[in-house]
Amino acid sequence: MHMADALVVPAVAGTMYILSTATAGLSVKKVREENDPKKIPVMGVMGAFVFATQMLNFTIPGTGSSGHLCGGMMLSAMLGPYAGFLTMIGVLLVQCLLFADGGLMALGCNVWNMAFYGCFVGALLIWRPIMKKGATRGKIIAASIIGCVLTLQMGALSVSLETLISGITELPFSVFVATMQPIHLAIGFVEGLITAAVLVFVNEARPELLWGVGEGSTSEGKLGFKPTIAVLAVAAAICGGIVSLFASAFPDGLEWSMEKVAGTAELEAAGGAYDAASGIQEATSLLPDYAFKGSESALGTSFSGIVGALVVVLVTVGACYAFRFFRKKSESANVA
Amino acid sequence: MNNLHPLGKLLTCVLYIFLVASIDKYDIIPLILMSVYLVFAFLIGELSLKEGLYRMRLILPLVLFVGIFNPFFDKDIVLYVGNIGISGGVMSMITLFIKGLYSVLSAYILIATTSIDDICYALRVVKVPKIIVIVIMLIYRYFDVMALEAHRIMTAYSLRAPSQKGIHYKAWGALVGQWLLRSMDRAEMVYESMLLRGFNGEFSFKKKALKLQDFIYPIAWACIFVIIKLRIIM
Repeated sequence: MHMADALVVPAVAGTMYILSTATAGLSVKKVREENDPKKIPVMGVMGAFVFATQMLNFTIPGTGSSGHLCGGMMLSAMLGPYAGFLTMIGVLLVQCLLFADGGLMALGCNVWNMAFYGCFVGALLIWRPIMKKGATRGKIIAASIIGCVLTLQMGALSVSLETLISGITELPFSVFVATMQPIHLAIGFVEGLITAAVLVFVNEARPELLWGVGEGSTSEGKLGFKPTIAVLAVAAAICGGIVSLFASAFPDGLEWSMEKVAGTAELEAAGGAYDAASGIQEATSLLPDYAFKGSESALGTSFSGIVGALVVVLVTVGACYAFRFFRKKSESANVA
Repeated sequence: MNNLHPLGKLLTCVLYIFLVASIDKYDIIPLILMSVYLVFAFLIGELSLKEGLYRMRLILPLVLFVGIFNPFFDKDIVLYVGNIGISGGVMSMITLFIKGLYSVLSAYILIATTSIDDICYALRVVKVPKIIVIVIMLIYRYFDVMALEAHRIMTAYSLRAPSQKGIHYKAWGALVGQWLLRSMDRAEMVYESMLLRGFNGEFSFKKKALKLQDFIYPIAWACIFVIIKLRIIM
Protein backbone atom coordinates (compact mmCIF):
# COMPACT_ATOMS: atom_id res chain seq x y z
CA MET A 1 0.00 0.00 0.00
CA HIS A 2 2.91 2.37 0.61
CA MET A 3 3.64 4.21 -2.60
CA ALA A 4 7.25 4.91 -3.44
CA ASP A 5 8.52 8.27 -4.64
CA ALA A 6 9.25 6.81 -8.06
CA LEU A 7 5.61 5.92 -8.63
CA VAL A 8 4.21 9.44 -8.61
CA VAL A 9 5.03 12.59 -10.51
CA PRO A 10 5.42 15.88 -8.58
CA ALA A 11 2.09 17.25 -9.80
CA VAL A 12 0.15 14.34 -8.34
CA ALA A 13 2.31 14.27 -5.22
CA GLY A 14 1.79 18.01 -4.76
CA THR A 15 -1.97 17.77 -5.12
CA MET A 16 -2.13 14.97 -2.59
CA TYR A 17 0.13 16.96 -0.24
CA ILE A 18 -2.30 19.86 -0.40
CA LEU A 19 -5.30 17.62 0.33
CA SER A 20 -3.50 15.86 3.17
CA THR A 21 -2.19 19.10 4.63
CA ALA A 22 -5.67 20.60 4.61
CA THR A 23 -7.05 17.57 6.43
CA ALA A 24 -4.13 17.69 8.85
CA GLY A 25 -4.86 21.36 9.51
CA LEU A 26 -8.47 20.55 10.36
CA SER A 27 -7.32 17.69 12.58
CA VAL A 28 -4.80 19.84 14.45
CA LYS A 29 -7.53 22.40 15.10
CA LYS A 30 -9.95 19.75 16.36
CA VAL A 31 -7.37 18.09 18.60
CA ARG A 32 -6.46 21.48 20.05
CA GLU A 33 -10.12 22.19 20.72
CA GLU A 34 -10.52 18.85 22.48
CA ASN A 35 -7.48 19.80 24.60
CA ASP A 36 -7.13 16.42 26.25
CA PRO A 37 -3.56 16.06 27.50
CA LYS A 38 -4.17 12.39 28.25
CA LYS A 39 -4.55 11.77 24.58
CA ILE A 40 -1.01 12.69 23.60
CA PRO A 41 0.77 9.67 25.13
CA VAL A 42 -1.99 7.43 23.78
CA MET A 43 -1.36 8.86 20.33
CA GLY A 44 2.33 8.15 20.68
CA VAL A 45 1.89 4.61 21.87
CA MET A 46 -0.82 3.84 19.29
CA GLY A 47 1.53 5.19 16.65
CA ALA A 48 4.31 2.90 17.80
CA PHE A 49 1.81 0.03 17.92
CA VAL A 50 0.51 0.64 14.39
CA PHE A 51 4.09 1.05 13.24
CA ALA A 52 4.92 -2.36 14.64
CA THR A 53 1.87 -3.99 13.07
CA GLN A 54 2.70 -2.43 9.70
CA MET A 55 6.10 -4.03 9.88
CA LEU A 56 4.58 -7.51 10.20
CA ASN A 57 4.00 -9.08 6.83
CA PHE A 58 1.62 -11.97 6.46
CA THR A 59 1.30 -14.11 3.36
CA ILE A 60 -1.97 -14.02 1.51
CA PRO A 61 -3.01 -17.59 0.86
CA GLY A 62 -3.16 -18.66 -2.75
CA THR A 63 -1.50 -15.60 -4.26
CA GLY A 64 2.14 -15.88 -3.32
CA SER A 65 1.92 -12.25 -2.34
CA SER A 66 2.15 -10.74 1.10
CA GLY A 67 0.56 -7.81 2.79
CA HIS A 68 0.81 -5.90 6.00
CA LEU A 69 -1.71 -4.27 8.27
CA CYS A 70 -2.60 -0.67 7.71
CA GLY A 71 -3.98 0.15 11.13
CA GLY A 72 -6.32 2.99 10.20
CA MET A 73 -9.38 1.37 11.75
CA MET A 74 -7.48 0.57 14.93
CA LEU A 75 -6.48 4.23 15.29
CA SER A 76 -10.06 5.32 14.57
CA ALA A 77 -11.48 3.10 17.26
CA MET A 78 -8.97 4.16 19.90
CA LEU A 79 -8.41 7.82 19.10
CA GLY A 80 -11.16 9.03 16.81
CA PRO A 81 -10.68 10.53 13.36
CA TYR A 82 -8.65 13.65 14.12
CA ALA A 83 -6.06 12.35 16.55
CA GLY A 84 -5.94 9.12 14.56
CA PHE A 85 -5.16 10.99 11.37
CA LEU A 86 -2.33 12.94 13.01
CA THR A 87 -0.91 9.78 14.52
CA MET A 88 -0.88 8.08 11.13
CA ILE A 89 1.05 11.02 9.66
CA GLY A 90 3.68 10.49 12.34
CA VAL A 91 3.81 6.77 11.64
CA LEU A 92 4.20 7.25 7.89
CA LEU A 93 6.88 9.91 8.28
CA VAL A 94 8.96 7.82 10.67
CA GLN A 95 8.47 4.85 8.36
CA CYS A 96 9.70 6.56 5.23
CA LEU A 97 12.69 8.00 7.05
CA LEU A 98 13.75 4.96 9.02
CA PHE A 99 12.68 2.09 6.83
CA ALA A 100 12.37 3.59 3.35
CA ASP A 101 8.78 2.35 3.23
CA GLY A 102 6.94 4.94 1.22
CA GLY A 103 8.82 8.14 0.45
CA LEU A 104 9.11 11.78 1.38
CA MET A 105 7.50 12.98 -1.82
CA ALA A 106 4.82 10.30 -1.86
CA LEU A 107 4.01 11.06 1.78
CA GLY A 108 1.01 13.17 0.82
CA CYS A 109 -0.38 10.30 -1.24
CA ASN A 110 0.30 7.74 1.46
CA VAL A 111 -1.29 9.88 4.15
CA TRP A 112 -4.36 10.25 2.01
CA ASN A 113 -4.58 6.59 0.95
CA MET A 114 -4.13 5.17 4.41
CA ALA A 115 -4.96 7.82 6.98
CA PHE A 116 -7.83 9.70 5.37
CA TYR A 117 -9.90 6.67 4.45
CA GLY A 118 -8.91 4.68 7.51
CA CYS A 119 -9.51 7.46 10.01
CA PHE A 120 -12.19 9.72 8.58
CA VAL A 121 -14.29 7.31 6.57
CA GLY A 122 -13.56 4.51 9.02
CA ALA A 123 -14.30 6.48 12.18
CA LEU A 124 -17.12 8.78 11.17
CA LEU A 125 -19.02 6.74 8.64
CA ILE A 126 -18.48 3.20 9.90
CA TRP A 127 -17.30 3.00 13.50
CA ARG A 128 -19.45 5.68 15.05
CA PRO A 129 -22.79 4.79 13.46
CA ILE A 130 -22.33 1.14 14.42
CA MET A 131 -21.25 1.95 18.00
CA LYS A 132 -23.97 4.55 18.52
CA LYS A 133 -25.89 2.46 21.01
CA GLY A 134 -22.96 0.93 22.80
CA ALA A 135 -20.41 -1.67 21.84
CA THR A 136 -20.88 -5.40 21.83
CA ARG A 137 -18.52 -8.13 20.73
CA GLY A 138 -20.47 -8.73 17.54
CA LYS A 139 -20.68 -5.06 16.66
CA ILE A 140 -16.94 -4.56 17.16
CA ILE A 141 -16.12 -7.52 14.93
CA ALA A 142 -18.56 -6.31 12.27
CA ALA A 143 -17.30 -2.72 12.36
CA SER A 144 -13.66 -3.83 12.23
CA ILE A 145 -14.10 -6.12 9.26
CA ILE A 146 -16.40 -3.81 7.29
CA GLY A 147 -14.19 -0.83 8.10
CA CYS A 148 -10.91 -2.48 7.19
CA VAL A 149 -12.21 -4.01 3.97
CA LEU A 150 -13.91 -0.81 2.78
CA THR A 151 -11.16 1.63 3.71
CA LEU A 152 -8.47 -0.59 2.21
CA GLN A 153 -10.45 -0.90 -1.00
CA MET A 154 -10.67 2.88 -1.21
CA GLY A 155 -6.96 3.19 -0.47
CA ALA A 156 -6.02 0.62 -3.10
CA LEU A 157 -8.18 2.35 -5.69
CA SER A 158 -6.45 5.62 -4.85
CA VAL A 159 -3.04 4.00 -5.34
CA SER A 160 -4.11 2.77 -8.77
CA LEU A 161 -5.52 6.16 -9.72
CA GLU A 162 -2.48 8.09 -8.54
CA THR A 163 -0.15 5.78 -10.45
CA LEU A 164 -2.35 6.02 -13.50
CA ILE A 165 -2.54 9.81 -13.47
CA SER A 166 1.22 9.96 -12.96
CA GLY A 167 1.62 8.01 -16.20
CA ILE A 168 4.31 5.82 -14.68
CA THR A 169 3.07 2.47 -15.85
CA GLU A 170 2.13 1.36 -19.33
CA LEU A 171 -0.02 -1.29 -17.70
CA PRO A 172 -3.68 -0.83 -18.64
CA PHE A 173 -5.69 0.65 -15.77
CA SER A 174 -8.11 -2.28 -15.75
CA VAL A 175 -5.28 -4.78 -15.22
CA PHE A 176 -3.76 -2.69 -12.47
CA VAL A 177 -7.06 -2.33 -10.65
CA ALA A 178 -7.90 -5.99 -11.14
CA THR A 179 -4.65 -6.85 -9.36
CA MET A 180 -4.76 -4.28 -6.59
CA GLN A 181 -8.37 -4.63 -5.43
CA PRO A 182 -8.67 -8.40 -4.80
CA ILE A 183 -5.32 -8.53 -2.98
CA HIS A 184 -6.41 -5.70 -0.72
CA LEU A 185 -9.73 -7.42 -0.18
CA ALA A 186 -7.83 -10.32 1.34
CA ILE A 187 -5.54 -8.02 3.31
CA GLY A 188 -8.53 -6.03 4.55
CA PHE A 189 -10.27 -9.16 5.77
CA VAL A 190 -7.23 -10.40 7.71
CA GLU A 191 -6.65 -6.91 9.07
CA GLY A 192 -10.30 -6.75 10.12
CA LEU A 193 -9.98 -9.99 12.06
CA ILE A 194 -6.81 -8.88 13.86
CA THR A 195 -8.23 -5.43 14.59
CA ALA A 196 -11.40 -7.03 15.92
CA ALA A 197 -9.44 -9.36 18.21
CA VAL A 198 -7.51 -6.46 19.73
CA LEU A 199 -10.53 -4.18 20.06
CA VAL A 200 -12.73 -6.88 21.60
CA PHE A 201 -10.07 -7.39 24.22
CA VAL A 202 -9.76 -3.67 24.88
CA ASN A 203 -13.55 -3.43 25.16
CA GLU A 204 -13.60 -6.18 27.77
CA ALA A 205 -10.63 -4.88 29.75
CA ARG A 206 -10.98 -1.09 29.43
CA PRO A 207 -14.11 -0.12 27.55
CA GLU A 208 -13.54 3.57 28.33
CA LEU A 209 -10.55 3.61 25.97
CA LEU A 210 -12.67 3.05 22.88
CA TRP A 211 -13.66 6.17 21.00
CA GLY A 212 -17.19 7.21 20.11
CA VAL A 213 -19.02 4.36 21.84
CA GLY A 214 -22.56 5.11 23.00
CA GLU A 215 -22.34 8.72 21.92
CA GLY A 216 -25.69 8.54 20.20
CA SER A 217 -27.65 7.76 23.33
CA THR A 218 -25.99 10.21 25.73
CA SER A 219 -25.11 13.32 23.81
CA GLU A 220 -26.56 13.40 20.38
CA GLY A 221 -24.57 15.58 18.05
CA LYS A 222 -21.75 16.43 20.43
CA LEU A 223 -19.15 15.96 17.74
CA GLY A 224 -22.15 15.68 15.64
CA PHE A 225 -23.48 16.63 12.40
CA LYS A 226 -20.92 18.99 10.93
CA PRO A 227 -17.92 16.65 10.68
CA THR A 228 -20.09 13.98 9.14
CA ILE A 229 -21.35 16.41 6.56
CA ALA A 230 -17.79 17.62 5.93
CA VAL A 231 -16.59 14.09 5.40
CA LEU A 232 -19.51 13.29 3.15
CA ALA A 233 -18.74 16.42 1.14
CA VAL A 234 -15.09 15.44 0.75
CA ALA A 235 -16.09 11.89 -0.16
CA ALA A 236 -18.47 13.30 -2.74
CA ALA A 237 -15.68 15.48 -4.11
CA ILE A 238 -13.45 12.44 -4.44
CA CYS A 239 -16.19 10.44 -6.14
CA GLY A 240 -16.65 13.42 -8.41
CA GLY A 241 -12.95 13.38 -9.11
CA ILE A 242 -13.05 9.71 -9.98
CA VAL A 243 -16.06 10.22 -12.21
CA SER A 244 -14.39 13.13 -13.92
CA LEU A 245 -11.39 10.91 -14.46
CA PHE A 246 -13.56 8.49 -16.34
CA ALA A 247 -15.12 11.44 -18.03
CA SER A 248 -11.69 12.52 -19.16
CA ALA A 249 -11.44 9.16 -20.89
CA PHE A 250 -14.22 10.26 -23.20
CA PRO A 251 -11.94 12.30 -25.44
CA ASP A 252 -10.19 9.01 -26.12
CA GLY A 253 -13.49 7.60 -27.16
CA LEU A 254 -14.05 10.74 -29.15
CA GLU A 255 -10.68 10.44 -30.82
CA TRP A 256 -11.45 6.83 -31.52
CA SER A 257 -14.68 7.70 -33.19
CA MET A 258 -13.04 10.57 -35.03
CA GLU A 259 -10.48 8.18 -36.33
CA LYS A 260 -13.30 6.04 -37.63
CA VAL A 261 -15.03 8.97 -39.18
CA ALA A 262 -12.28 11.29 -40.37
CA GLY A 263 -9.41 8.88 -40.64
CA THR A 264 -7.28 10.94 -38.24
CA ALA A 265 -7.38 11.46 -34.51
CA GLU A 266 -6.16 15.01 -34.66
CA LEU A 267 -7.74 17.87 -36.44
CA GLU A 268 -5.49 20.38 -38.09
CA ALA A 269 -5.91 23.63 -36.25
CA ALA A 270 -5.41 26.69 -38.32
CA GLY A 271 -6.47 30.29 -38.57
CA GLY A 272 -5.55 33.59 -37.00
CA ALA A 273 -6.93 32.89 -33.53
CA TYR A 274 -5.07 29.63 -33.24
CA ASP A 275 -1.78 31.15 -34.38
CA ALA A 276 -2.16 34.07 -31.99
CA ALA A 277 -2.93 31.73 -29.10
CA SER A 278 0.05 29.54 -29.80
CA GLY A 279 2.18 32.65 -30.14
CA ILE A 280 1.12 33.82 -26.67
CA GLN A 281 1.67 30.36 -25.30
CA GLU A 282 5.19 30.27 -26.67
CA ALA A 283 5.96 33.72 -25.38
CA THR A 284 4.67 33.05 -21.89
CA SER A 285 6.03 29.57 -21.32
CA LEU A 286 9.09 29.51 -19.14
CA LEU A 287 12.26 28.38 -20.84
CA PRO A 288 10.40 26.77 -23.71
CA ASP A 289 13.48 25.13 -25.13
CA TYR A 290 14.45 23.50 -21.89
CA ALA A 291 11.04 22.72 -20.54
CA PHE A 292 9.94 20.92 -23.63
CA LYS A 293 13.24 19.31 -24.33
CA GLY A 294 12.57 16.61 -21.77
CA SER A 295 9.28 15.55 -23.21
CA GLU A 296 10.62 14.96 -26.65
CA SER A 297 14.00 13.84 -25.46
CA ALA A 298 13.28 10.26 -26.36
CA LEU A 299 14.60 11.17 -29.73
CA GLY A 300 17.14 13.61 -28.37
CA THR A 301 18.75 11.03 -26.14
CA SER A 302 21.89 9.87 -27.76
CA PHE A 303 24.37 7.27 -26.77
CA SER A 304 27.17 9.81 -26.64
CA GLY A 305 25.09 11.90 -24.23
CA ILE A 306 24.76 8.95 -21.88
CA VAL A 307 28.50 8.31 -22.03
CA GLY A 308 29.14 11.97 -21.29
CA ALA A 309 26.86 11.84 -18.26
CA LEU A 310 28.62 8.75 -16.95
CA VAL A 311 31.98 10.51 -17.30
CA VAL A 312 30.69 13.40 -15.16
CA VAL A 313 29.63 10.94 -12.47
CA LEU A 314 33.01 9.21 -12.58
CA VAL A 315 34.82 12.52 -12.20
CA THR A 316 32.67 13.25 -9.14
CA VAL A 317 33.58 9.88 -7.66
CA GLY A 318 37.27 10.65 -8.22
CA ALA A 319 36.98 14.12 -6.70
CA CYS A 320 35.20 12.77 -3.62
CA TYR A 321 37.83 10.10 -3.09
CA ALA A 322 40.54 12.71 -3.44
CA PHE A 323 38.75 14.90 -0.86
CA ARG A 324 38.51 11.99 1.54
CA PHE A 325 42.15 11.13 1.02
CA PHE A 326 43.31 14.65 1.84
CA ARG A 327 40.95 14.99 4.78
CA LYS A 328 42.27 11.81 6.34
CA LYS A 329 45.81 12.98 5.72
CA SER A 330 45.22 16.30 7.43
CA GLU A 331 43.42 14.56 10.31
CA SER A 332 46.34 12.22 10.89
CA ALA A 333 48.70 15.17 10.65
CA ASN A 334 46.66 16.93 13.33
CA VAL A 335 46.82 13.89 15.59
CA ALA A 336 50.56 13.62 15.13
CA MET B 1 27.95 16.36 7.03
CA ASN B 2 26.47 15.45 10.39
CA ASN B 3 27.17 18.95 11.66
CA LEU B 4 25.23 20.76 8.97
CA HIS B 5 21.94 22.38 9.93
CA PRO B 6 19.16 19.78 9.65
CA LEU B 7 16.85 22.12 7.77
CA GLY B 8 19.32 22.48 4.91
CA LYS B 9 19.70 18.74 4.64
CA LEU B 10 15.95 18.16 4.79
CA LEU B 11 15.26 20.75 2.07
CA THR B 12 18.04 19.43 -0.15
CA CYS B 13 16.69 15.92 0.18
CA VAL B 14 13.09 16.92 -0.59
CA LEU B 15 14.11 19.07 -3.56
CA TYR B 16 16.28 16.26 -4.90
CA ILE B 17 13.45 13.73 -4.74
CA PHE B 18 10.99 16.12 -6.40
CA LEU B 19 13.37 16.92 -9.24
CA VAL B 20 14.40 13.30 -9.79
CA ALA B 21 10.75 12.26 -9.93
CA SER B 22 9.91 15.02 -12.38
CA ILE B 23 12.48 13.91 -14.96
CA ASP B 24 10.82 12.54 -18.08
CA LYS B 25 10.54 8.78 -18.32
CA TYR B 26 12.76 8.54 -21.40
CA ASP B 27 15.27 11.11 -20.22
CA ILE B 28 18.14 9.08 -18.86
CA ILE B 29 20.97 11.61 -19.16
CA PRO B 30 19.89 14.05 -16.40
CA LEU B 31 19.01 11.03 -14.32
CA ILE B 32 22.57 9.73 -14.56
CA LEU B 33 23.94 13.17 -13.75
CA MET B 34 21.65 13.44 -10.71
CA SER B 35 23.63 10.62 -9.08
CA VAL B 36 26.43 13.10 -8.29
CA TYR B 37 24.54 14.08 -5.13
CA LEU B 38 24.34 10.48 -3.95
CA VAL B 39 27.96 9.84 -4.86
CA PHE B 40 29.04 12.93 -2.96
CA ALA B 41 27.00 12.17 0.14
CA PHE B 42 27.90 8.48 0.31
CA LEU B 43 31.62 9.11 -0.18
CA ILE B 44 32.01 12.27 1.88
CA GLY B 45 29.57 11.15 4.56
CA GLU B 46 31.22 7.70 4.51
CA LEU B 47 27.89 5.89 4.47
CA SER B 48 27.35 2.22 3.79
CA LEU B 49 26.02 1.63 0.30
CA LYS B 50 25.06 -1.90 1.28
CA GLU B 51 22.71 -0.65 3.96
CA GLY B 52 21.25 1.92 1.60
CA LEU B 53 20.54 -0.73 -1.03
CA TYR B 54 19.09 -3.05 1.59
CA ARG B 55 16.43 -0.45 2.25
CA MET B 56 15.16 -0.91 -1.28
CA ARG B 57 13.55 -4.22 -0.34
CA LEU B 58 10.30 -2.69 0.93
CA ILE B 59 9.41 -0.63 -2.12
CA LEU B 60 10.92 -3.01 -4.65
CA PRO B 61 7.88 -5.29 -5.18
CA LEU B 62 5.48 -2.48 -6.13
CA VAL B 63 8.04 -0.65 -8.29
CA LEU B 64 8.92 -3.91 -10.04
CA PHE B 65 5.27 -4.72 -10.63
CA VAL B 66 4.55 -1.30 -12.05
CA GLY B 67 7.63 -1.13 -14.25
CA ILE B 68 8.21 -4.65 -15.44
CA PHE B 69 5.39 -4.63 -17.99
CA ASN B 70 6.44 -1.38 -19.68
CA PRO B 71 8.67 -3.14 -22.28
CA PHE B 72 5.67 -5.17 -23.46
CA PHE B 73 3.43 -2.19 -24.07
CA ASP B 74 5.76 0.53 -25.33
CA LYS B 75 7.79 -0.86 -28.19
CA ASP B 76 8.86 2.26 -30.09
CA ILE B 77 12.60 2.51 -30.42
CA VAL B 78 13.94 5.63 -28.70
CA LEU B 79 17.67 5.05 -28.64
CA TYR B 80 20.28 3.16 -30.63
CA VAL B 81 23.40 1.80 -28.95
CA GLY B 82 25.45 0.72 -31.94
CA ASN B 83 22.97 -1.31 -33.91
CA ILE B 84 20.83 -2.39 -31.00
CA GLY B 85 17.64 -0.41 -30.59
CA ILE B 86 16.31 0.26 -27.11
CA SER B 87 12.55 0.57 -26.89
CA GLY B 88 10.68 3.24 -24.95
CA GLY B 89 9.33 0.61 -22.58
CA VAL B 90 12.77 -0.65 -21.62
CA MET B 91 13.95 2.91 -21.19
CA SER B 92 11.02 3.91 -18.98
CA MET B 93 11.48 0.73 -16.92
CA ILE B 94 15.14 1.56 -16.36
CA THR B 95 14.44 5.18 -15.43
CA LEU B 96 11.68 4.06 -13.04
CA PHE B 97 14.05 1.71 -11.23
CA ILE B 98 16.73 4.39 -11.10
CA LYS B 99 14.24 6.89 -9.68
CA GLY B 100 13.19 4.39 -7.03
CA LEU B 101 16.79 3.76 -6.12
CA TYR B 102 17.68 7.47 -5.97
CA SER B 103 14.75 8.44 -3.78
CA VAL B 104 15.44 5.64 -1.31
CA LEU B 105 19.15 6.43 -1.16
CA SER B 106 18.60 10.15 -0.70
CA ALA B 107 16.19 9.53 2.18
CA TYR B 108 18.82 7.21 3.63
CA ILE B 109 21.42 9.97 3.37
CA LEU B 110 19.11 12.26 5.32
CA ILE B 111 18.41 9.86 8.15
CA ALA B 112 21.96 8.55 8.34
CA THR B 113 23.39 12.03 8.84
CA THR B 114 20.55 13.54 10.86
CA SER B 115 18.91 12.27 14.05
CA ILE B 116 15.14 12.07 14.45
CA ASP B 117 15.31 14.86 17.01
CA ASP B 118 17.14 17.09 14.54
CA ILE B 119 14.62 16.35 11.81
CA CYS B 120 11.81 17.19 14.25
CA TYR B 121 13.63 20.42 15.04
CA ALA B 122 13.80 21.21 11.31
CA LEU B 123 10.07 20.45 11.01
CA ARG B 124 9.36 22.88 13.85
CA VAL B 125 11.47 25.54 12.11
CA VAL B 126 9.22 25.26 9.04
CA LYS B 127 6.19 25.55 11.35
CA VAL B 128 4.85 22.01 11.26
CA PRO B 129 2.24 21.96 14.09
CA LYS B 130 3.61 21.08 17.49
CA ILE B 131 1.24 18.19 18.03
CA ILE B 132 2.47 16.35 14.92
CA VAL B 133 6.10 16.82 15.90
CA ILE B 134 5.42 15.64 19.47
CA VAL B 135 3.68 12.55 18.16
CA ILE B 136 6.60 11.75 15.87
CA MET B 137 9.04 12.10 18.76
CA LEU B 138 6.84 9.99 21.03
CA ILE B 139 6.38 7.24 18.45
CA TYR B 140 10.13 7.03 18.13
CA ARG B 141 10.64 6.94 21.89
CA TYR B 142 7.89 4.43 22.57
CA PHE B 143 9.47 1.79 20.33
CA ASP B 144 11.67 0.82 23.23
CA VAL B 145 8.80 0.88 25.69
CA MET B 146 6.78 -1.44 23.47
CA ALA B 147 9.71 -3.73 22.75
CA LEU B 148 10.35 -4.07 26.47
CA GLU B 149 6.71 -4.88 27.21
CA ALA B 150 6.62 -7.39 24.34
CA HIS B 151 9.69 -9.06 25.74
CA ARG B 152 8.11 -9.33 29.20
CA ILE B 153 4.87 -10.76 27.85
CA MET B 154 6.69 -13.29 25.69
CA THR B 155 8.83 -14.41 28.61
CA ALA B 156 5.76 -14.81 30.81
CA TYR B 157 3.92 -16.73 28.09
CA SER B 158 6.78 -19.10 27.37
CA LEU B 159 7.26 -19.76 31.08
CA ARG B 160 3.60 -20.76 31.38
CA ALA B 161 3.58 -22.82 28.20
CA PRO B 162 6.93 -24.55 28.38
CA SER B 163 6.82 -27.10 25.55
CA GLN B 164 4.62 -25.16 23.19
CA LYS B 165 5.86 -23.93 19.86
CA GLY B 166 4.77 -20.41 19.06
CA ILE B 167 1.65 -18.83 20.46
CA HIS B 168 -1.72 -20.54 20.35
CA TYR B 169 -4.03 -18.65 18.02
CA LYS B 170 -6.68 -18.34 20.72
CA ALA B 171 -4.32 -16.18 22.74
CA TRP B 172 -3.41 -13.83 19.89
CA GLY B 173 -6.06 -11.19 20.49
CA ALA B 174 -5.68 -11.19 24.25
CA LEU B 175 -1.92 -11.15 24.05
CA VAL B 176 -1.73 -8.29 21.60
CA GLY B 177 -4.47 -6.39 23.46
CA GLN B 178 -2.65 -6.92 26.74
CA TRP B 179 0.55 -5.73 25.13
CA LEU B 180 -1.17 -2.58 23.95
CA LEU B 181 -2.79 -1.79 27.32
CA ARG B 182 0.41 -2.39 29.26
CA SER B 183 2.39 -0.23 26.86
CA MET B 184 -0.22 2.49 27.22
CA ASP B 185 0.06 2.53 30.97
CA ARG B 186 3.80 2.60 30.74
CA ALA B 187 3.71 5.30 28.06
CA GLU B 188 1.46 7.44 30.21
CA MET B 189 3.91 7.24 33.07
CA VAL B 190 6.81 8.10 30.76
CA TYR B 191 4.90 11.06 29.38
CA GLU B 192 3.89 12.29 32.83
CA SER B 193 7.48 12.22 34.00
CA MET B 194 8.49 14.07 30.83
CA LEU B 195 5.92 16.75 31.66
CA LEU B 196 7.12 16.95 35.25
CA ARG B 197 10.59 17.65 33.98
CA GLY B 198 9.32 20.58 31.96
CA PHE B 199 8.65 19.03 28.54
CA ASN B 200 6.16 21.05 26.51
CA GLY B 201 7.00 19.98 23.00
CA GLU B 202 9.18 22.98 22.30
CA PHE B 203 12.86 22.72 21.63
CA SER B 204 14.10 24.83 24.46
CA PHE B 205 17.67 23.57 24.20
CA LYS B 206 20.48 25.18 22.21
CA LYS B 207 19.39 27.18 19.23
CA LYS B 208 21.57 25.90 16.47
CA ALA B 209 23.89 28.67 15.35
CA LEU B 210 23.86 29.07 11.59
CA LYS B 211 27.22 28.85 9.92
CA LEU B 212 28.20 29.80 6.41
CA GLN B 213 28.29 26.22 5.22
CA ASP B 214 24.69 25.70 6.39
CA PHE B 215 23.64 28.13 3.66
CA ILE B 216 26.17 27.06 1.04
CA TYR B 217 25.27 23.37 1.19
CA PRO B 218 21.57 23.58 0.22
CA ILE B 219 22.00 26.51 -2.16
CA ALA B 220 24.89 24.88 -4.04
CA TRP B 221 23.00 21.64 -4.41
CA ALA B 222 19.84 23.42 -5.48
CA CYS B 223 21.81 25.16 -8.23
CA ILE B 224 23.40 21.91 -9.39
CA PHE B 225 20.05 20.10 -9.42
CA VAL B 226 18.36 22.84 -11.41
CA ILE B 227 21.24 22.96 -13.91
CA ILE B 228 20.98 19.21 -14.44
CA LYS B 229 17.19 19.19 -14.56
CA LEU B 230 16.90 21.98 -17.10
CA ARG B 231 19.73 20.45 -19.11
CA ILE B 232 21.69 23.69 -19.17
CA ILE B 233 24.72 21.49 -19.63
CA MET B 234 24.52 18.41 -21.85
